Amino acid sequence: MNHLIFLIIAFPLLGGVSLIAMSRRVREPLAGWVATAAVGLSFLTTLGVFITLLGSHSGGPSHAVTQHLFDWINVGALHANMDLTVDPLSITMCLFVTGISTLIHLYSIGYMHGEKDFTKFFIYLNLFVASMLILVLGGNMLLTFTGWEGVGVCSYWLVSYYFQKDSAASAGKKAFIYNRVADVGFLLAMFVIFFNEHTLTYSKMTAHMSSLTLTMAVLALLFAAAGKSAQIPLFNWLPDAMEGPTPVSALIHAATMVTAGVYLLCRMHVVVSASPTGQWVICGIGLATAFVAATIATSQSDIKKGLAFSTVSQIGYMVLAVGTGDYVAAMFLMVAHAFFKALLFLGSGSVIHALDGEQEMGRMGGLRKYLPWTYGTFLFGWLAIIGVPPFAGFWAKGSVLDAVFGKSPWLWAGGLFTALLTAYYMSRLFYLTFTGSARFTEQGPNGEAAVAHPHESPWTMRLPLVILAFCSIFGGLLNLPWVHGFGLEAFLSPVFGSSLVVPADSMTKQFLLAGADALVAVLGLTIAWVLWRGRSERPELTPAFLAKVWYWDNFYDTIIGRPATALANFTAEVVDPLVLDGAVDGTAAAVGGLATRLRKVHNGQIRSYGVGIIFGLLVILVSFLVVVG
Amino acid sequence: MSIPLSWFIILATLLFGIGAFGVLVRRNVLVMFMCVELMLNAANLALVAFARSLNDVGGETTVFFVLVVAAAEVVVGLGIVVAIFRRRHSAVADELSEMGG
Amino acid sequence: MNHLALPTVSYAALAPILFLLLGGVALMVLSALSRRPLAAGTVTGYSVLIGFGALISALAEYGHVNGAGPSSTVASAIAVDGFSAAIAVTVSVVVILASLLSHGYLRRMQIDAPAYHVLALTSASGAIIMAAANDLVVLFLGLEILSIALYVLAALNRRSAKSEEAALKYFILGGFSSAIFLFGIAFTYGATGSTNLQVITRTLGEGVAAKPGLLLAGLGLLLVGFFFKVAAVPFHLWTPDVYEGAPTPVTGFMAAAAKVGGFAALLRVLLTAMPQLSTNWTPVVYSVAVATLIGGAVLMVVQRDAKRMLAYSSINHAGFLLVGIVAATSAGISADLFYLFTYSVTALATFGIVTMLAGPRDDDAGIDRLSGLARRHPAIGAAMAILLLAQAGVPFTTGFIAKFSVIEAVVGHGSIPLAIIAMASAAVAVFAYLRLVATLYRTEDIATVDLGYDDSLTDGPAAFAIGLSVVVTIFFGIFPAALLDFGRTAVAHLLP
Repeated sequence: MNHLIFLIIAFPLLGGVSLIAMSRRVREPLAGWVATAAVGLSFLTTLGVFITLLGSHSGGPSHAVTQHLFDWINVGALHANMDLTVDPLSITMCLFVTGISTLIHLYSIGYMHGEKDFTKFFIYLNLFVASMLILVLGGNMLLTFTGWEGVGVCSYWLVSYYFQKDSAASAGKKAFIYNRVADVGFLLAMFVIFFNEHTLTYSKMTAHMSSLTLTMAVLALLFAAAGKSAQIPLFNWLPDAMEGPTPVSALIHAATMVTAGVYLLCRMHVVVSASPTGQWVICGIGLATAFVAATIATSQSDIKKGLAFSTVSQIGYMVLAVGTGDYVAAMFLMVAHAFFKALLFLGSGSVIHALDGEQEMGRMGGLRKYLPWTYGTFLFGWLAIIGVPPFAGFWAKGSVLDAVFGKSPWLWAGGLFTALLTAYYMSRLFYLTFTGSARFTEQGPNGEAAVAHPHESPWTMRLPLVILAFCSIFGGLLNLPWVHGFGLEAFLSPVFGSSLVVPADSMTKQFLLAGADALVAVLGLTIAWVLWRGRSERPELTPAFLAKVWYWDNFYDTIIGRPATALANFTAEVVDPLVLDGAVDGTAAAVGGLATRLRKVHNGQIRSYGVGIIFGLLVILVSFLVVVG
Repeated sequence: MSIPLSWFIILATLLFGIGAFGVLVRRNVLVMFMCVELMLNAANLALVAFARSLNDVGGETTVFFVLVVAAAEVVVGLGIVVAIFRRRHSAVADELSEMGG
Repeated sequence: MNHLALPTVSYAALAPILFLLLGGVALMVLSALSRRPLAAGTVTGYSVLIGFGALISALAEYGHVNGAGPSSTVASAIAVDGFSAAIAVTVSVVVILASLLSHGYLRRMQIDAPAYHVLALTSASGAIIMAAANDLVVLFLGLEILSIALYVLAALNRRSAKSEEAALKYFILGGFSSAIFLFGIAFTYGATGSTNLQVITRTLGEGVAAKPGLLLAGLGLLLVGFFFKVAAVPFHLWTPDVYEGAPTPVTGFMAAAAKVGGFAALLRVLLTAMPQLSTNWTPVVYSVAVATLIGGAVLMVVQRDAKRMLAYSSINHAGFLLVGIVAATSAGISADLFYLFTYSVTALATFGIVTMLAGPRDDDAGIDRLSGLARRHPAIGAAMAILLLAQAGVPFTTGFIAKFSVIEAVVGHGSIPLAIIAMASAAVAVFAYLRLVATLYRTEDIATVDLGYDDSLTDGPAAFAIGLSVVVTIFFGIFPAALLDFGRTAVAHLLP
């Protein structure tokens, strides 16, 4: 199978390209089916490669198999080839990326029904999957970066899919700008690593650098990851990205693309693990993001925004796990999270679909009766994310928290408190949506239309929900803590080798920690029940500080955008001004100001142009004179 | 009795400077053009002077090439100036600043 | 009685130059003798054939040098080496593309086709002479052949006042800088006793140049002449005006040929004749590179005219090429060779598209004329977008590889700050390019702008040349290895 690795990428790419070529002929729903089939074939190829990998013992200690497609760039010491590398880490990513993508493509056929640009949506979606797979399978940083940019562009297109809406257009731009800022980190990391290691190929990296350089490289990587994976200080584009269609939110902004940063850090484990300082910073950023985003999630009224902050928070956990050195825990949570968060998003999409586009939880409630399938599957997603045993989230988050406890009990305490918050806000979201009385049957105070009878979604949307619910229930089986010969840990540990730090706790301690996790989950669920049963609004529990995202946008506005006026704005209620717009404007103004001045030199007069030449000549001659004299 | 090399070089540099200055301050295109010719001839003078002092014929032959080049420039330059004069009835450099910025 | 000792001449080595120069002269004679005006198609075809002849003979020279090693001919006034062959290849490609791109334009504007082609062929031969010159005097002659033909070319659009203004500005300032350059030759000659590059470097190596003041003054004057020709800041002031005013296909030709000739000569003089003075010229080139990178990028952003914007873009590119000179290693030279070739192709095709849009009188290349182009003519719009992205240095285009290899070379040389400045300037420039790309894909006000150019968009030869350039730009962007090797081998056979 190893010579067929390229097919994993080729199928979605071909799907996208052929849809572009035939975009005038292919209409709904055929385009959707073509795209789904392309990704489905990619999934089957991945499965084949996976089985081959399991069966073979070739490929050295890390079980890596590389398919060399062709020489790409050979400049000086830089040899970046089109090499696709399959090892346990990348195949794990590929499996869940292609698997979940297939389900979401299927779901989209129903969800996007009747949209004007139906075909275009699937073109973008297919190109996205292809780019994501390039990112994952790339055997060197440059190839990964190519995929990294590709997913960025596709994400931009998909977020601003409804570009007629101003908010969607600007959300797309915001995502794009944040990601470009993060690219600086990626490029910097590439430069630092290349000039110290003389290679960008993952398998050849050794981390033989001075500790300062190493820390710089790790911080640059972290910055890159923070952009893509929506971590502090670059997390704020993700909630805005919810302007995209819900399947996009599920696929790109929950399950796959946003985990690319974590994947990058895992891929670079040799470098990351060699810098203890860097690891502490990673832990700090991860925990801070998990906590901040969780607090914000408690006060959101838009169901998708709530889920978006939850995603930010969960990725924070993954980053935290990377910082402790337990990459397997990070990957485990990534896979489990992909299952339940995709499920929750698709479920919310089903709700939104049923309520004709309503996203405010204040206009939901009591949907249990109307949407039994959505309710039943969402239930498991909810239980999984808050960490109730025996669902997937319990095991995954548990293994992260175990690893964190090994690193520092203080960090662990922070993580556990965040878990409590998680249980609380997810339960609130669940109750507000599905229990209580139906608040959508009458016209809303702001003129929202009433929906008399919400209808359950078609089977193309229900089937993915059921499959994902199944995965959320049984996902824990992937890596049970007391089984060592089987599961993710045994599978992935050869990749990480000595970088991997696995907590070696006694059985008692493990049980105590797991008990704490479970207790916190139930506690959060109960608190939410007490506070939110039968209520849809409690302003005292959703302070503006949290609802407005800790005034994070404003903060950026202050330090980057408009320093002079920001102090006044900070105290006032400011309605989401686009942060980096300010920075871009600032740079543009600087460039523009300089340009205006320089332009005056170009006044069209031959004689003053001559003065320029003589001026340059005199400067050169005088500088020589100074040197000689 | 012979005049030292440095005198020639200083003279050439002076001529060159006068030419350059003329290009920068004169407004009439034809005069600017003559100033450029003056600069070329200053270079020629320097070449000949160096050739004499080095006892090398190379510098002197170069001058002939330069003379040909200068003649070619005159042909082209006058052609352009005439074309402009036909349209504008003036040959003032400062008026030719439609473009800029 | 003394016989005049004629130097031995290797005509095979001079073949690319002779093809272009004699081809141009022959065309001039033919068109003068012919009773009826020559058909435009015939002239274009002739010019393309001449270009192919030059290309093939340049490749043959390249092959010959690969086997026999570098040498010189005509009493060691002309270098026969891989470097000059590589430049000859580049210039020949420029000639072929420029001929195709100008065909429809000359017909539309009723410009005498033979005149354009004679001048373009002559001018191109000057660029190759500059690159192959092994003697400062020959270099000066090459420079003048290139420049004088360009002055006339700039004035070729007789209907446009801007064209005359551009020609005059170019002519006066060009003559001014040529005089400075010649004065530099005189001083260098005085200080080293020769104008031959090998003799100069030998003299400098022996340390017998007893007149450092004279020598450095000569170096400074020479540098100014070069900097003017390659449009480096602050010697670039003429560039935007001339680019804007000159007939658009001429602008494209000028942007490619003049830059190739200027940089080739600059590289050869600094790196083979005066490497001993590198402590003196490196800071100068470094500072000029910084100014050029920043000036070009910053001023690009505020332009409202496509031709002016591309002029500043070419200035920014010149900055990158100067960065390769600062590196002063064989990696730097081969990076510059790659850059010159790919930039020439991209820039020519970009100006080729602007030609199609500049209106029936070729006097308005405002950026809003490009608005919505991609919606009206998807193929041309896409080509323009690709070419602009290539100039911006986006991966999978030659522009990326070119910028990357230059920066890699300069980092290898240890000038990391310069690399950072170069990248920052590229980032600023990217903004301007992307804004133009966005304009191409705008949907609104398609109907409101009356472009009046629809017939120019169906210009077959130009479309063919543009398509070819786009293919080259993408192909060598994805598979750059062959072209990079070509440059590397050429530098390995540089006449020392």
